Amino acid sequence: MADEKKHIFDNPKNIQRVLSGLFGSLLLLLALEPFVDKHPYFPWEEWPGFYAIFGFAACVLLVLAAKYILRPLVKRDEDYYDD
Amino acid sequence: MIDLLPPAFIFIFGALLVPLLPGKIKSVYMLMLPVLSFFYLVNMMPDSSWQLDFLGFDLMPFKVDRLSLLFAYIYHLISLIGIIYTLNLKNDLEKVSSLVYAGSALGVVFAGDLFSFFVFWEMLTVSALALIWARRTKGSQAAGFRYLMVHVFGGLVLLAGIIMYINEQQSIALGYIGLSNPATYLIFFGMGINAAWPFVHTWLTDSYPEATIGGAVFLSAFTTKTAVYALARAFPGTEMLIWIGATMTVFPIFFAVIENDLRRVLSYSLINQVGFMMVGIGIGTELAINGTAAHAFAHILYKSLLFMSMGAVIFRTDKIKATDLGGLYKSMPWTAFFCIIGALSILAFPLTSGFVSKTMVIDAAAHGHLAIVWLVLLFASASAFLPDIKVPFFAFFSRDGGHRVNEAPLNMLLAMGAASFLCIFIGVYPQLLYAILPYPVDFTPYTFSHVIGKLQLLIFAALAFTLLLQAGIYPAEIRAINLDSDLLYRKGGRWFYLLADKLFNGLNQVAELVFIKGITGTVARFGQNGPAHLANLVMTPVWFLTLDQEQRRKEKTHLYRNFSSGTMGLAVMAVFVSLFLGLIFVFSF
Repeated sequence: MADEKKHIFDNPKNIQRVLSGLFGSLLLLLALEPFVDKHPYFPWEEWPGFYAIFGFAACVLLVLAAKYILRPLVKRDEDYYDD
Repeated sequence: MIDLLPPAFIFIFGALLVPLLPGKIKSVYMLMLPVLSFFYLVNMMPDSSWQLDFLGFDLMPFKVDRLSLLFAYIYHLISLIGIIYTLNLKNDLEKVSSLVYAGSALGVVFAGDLFSFFVFWEMLTVSALALIWARRTKGSQAAGFRYLMVHVFGGLVLLAGIIMYINEQQSIALGYIGLSNPATYLIFFGMGINAAWPFVHTWLTDSYPEATIGGAVFLSAFTTKTAVYALARAFPGTEMLIWIGATMTVFPIFFAVIENDLRRVLSYSLINQVGFMMVGIGIGTELAINGTAAHAFAHILYKSLLFMSMGAVIFRTDKIKATDLGGLYKSMPWTAFFCIIGALSILAFPLTSGFVSKTMVIDAAAHGHLAIVWLVLLFASASAFLPDIKVPFFAFFSRDGGHRVNEAPLNMLLAMGAASFLCIFIGVYPQLLYAILPYPVDFTPYTFSHVIGKLQLLIFAALAFTLLLQAGIYPAEIRAINLDSDLLYRKGGRWFYLLADKLFNGLNQVAELVFIKGITGTVARFGQNGPAHLANLVMTPVWFLTLDQEQRRKEKTHLYRNFSSGTMGLAVMAVFVSLFLGLIFVFSF
């Protein structure tokens, strides 16, 4: 497929741009937090970066549990139910 | 002109004409049905109803209030979008069933009594079944049968509850029921099966990925949301629903992350979404019920949008497994774009419909000071990032699967475009949705703290996704299936058979060994040789005294031969007869 037209993510630079955008917005969000007028329902909402850490940790926890606990338990061949 | 025509009536009877109409007229006619019905709908006043007497019961097949109106609006909207989406698919069975299916759901939300409610509820199952079977594959056939089995069971539980309930109440009116006695528990559980509660959820993840391309779009909208409606009508404020819902928001995510079939990933994430609605119903405050209703409305749009985008992928590539796809943004950029809008909405990004509805439910939990529930919901919102972003990522980006296909057909793009537009429109202008919620709304989604909190949660989830993917820890897509609780009825039958086989055939073998081969033979041999042995036993001492060894051996063989040929029996009998005669002779004197 040499003659195929180049697509946006065929260029590694564009992937870099997306990632830079992601990291930039991370920093921006953390920087904005002190200006937020929080009206928390729960005390932990006042901890700095609570949502950021929670979001990150939740995903890591999910992946680890799904990959190392759930998958070994439930994974079967695709024809498991067919025989 | 009739001024009140129930939507269910228009949809279901309208559907019957569909197979008779030719090509273009059929398309126009089908598009007209929801529009016509919507025209009636917008002129309906809350609290209007139809009442008729049936066998001494007050049937109320049609009753309008704000909750039913909200569900009716979104059902009309999604029917129209679904019909546009399926215009290019030529399958009359599918077209008729999707209209009957939507009509049945509309029947349920307008049912004012338990009898009409149950009739439409069951029609929903039957018409949904046709949407699964219309795929005409071995997999869809089998999944359809399992779907039927679970829903017939659920229907019977519901019916049993309804009959008991009517018997107690002496009224068939449908309103608040609440958990109190066995009848209400049966109704509760019967509705819960359709809401895909944990352990009875597998009918959904089993069958939706096997349904037709358009079928899955309709299915994702109606059955579970109709159950949400029913529970919101009959069991608001039931605490058990909070815990059921919280469980539903979490466990499917784990399955979705390791699932390969992308429509099955969507099905698991659907359960996660319905979980939020269950929590809202369980909390039962005005804010929570509003949140549930708003979330159902928003969810129907983006979930069917996601199913439409995956349907378009199947339509073009014939593939749906993550391992077979990838890089499709090159061939189907618009589908990819719409899919991303759907994914952002389901993740509740600010400026999408998910944000303005999900935030209500989460805030309702906070208002109720339900710290654990709130944390669970927050965990579910954050970690749902992975399965929800997985669908567009593995289908349209990731490693190039090498498919060079055409963009989705125009009508499919139009349908997806309309759904995407509405997702964004509601996100930007939530007042429109808030105006039709059951209770007056006093809620501002776009506060600075809401937005920053939500964005932090999601963007850091995105960071986790990126890092895990680059580190190779993110679970690789593999060609495999994952067991779930449907194992019980998919393999359970076979296990039962094996157990029964081992148990009863084992018993049989033991019985044969003991009774046929063992005891019977012994008895037979005893019957045959017993008298000879006995005689031998008696004669041996006599022979021992009178005969030598050679003669004894001869006599013994002779004795056995006589017994086996039966002559000894005669001789013995002769002896007894002569003894008897002798005795008579003696005593006659």
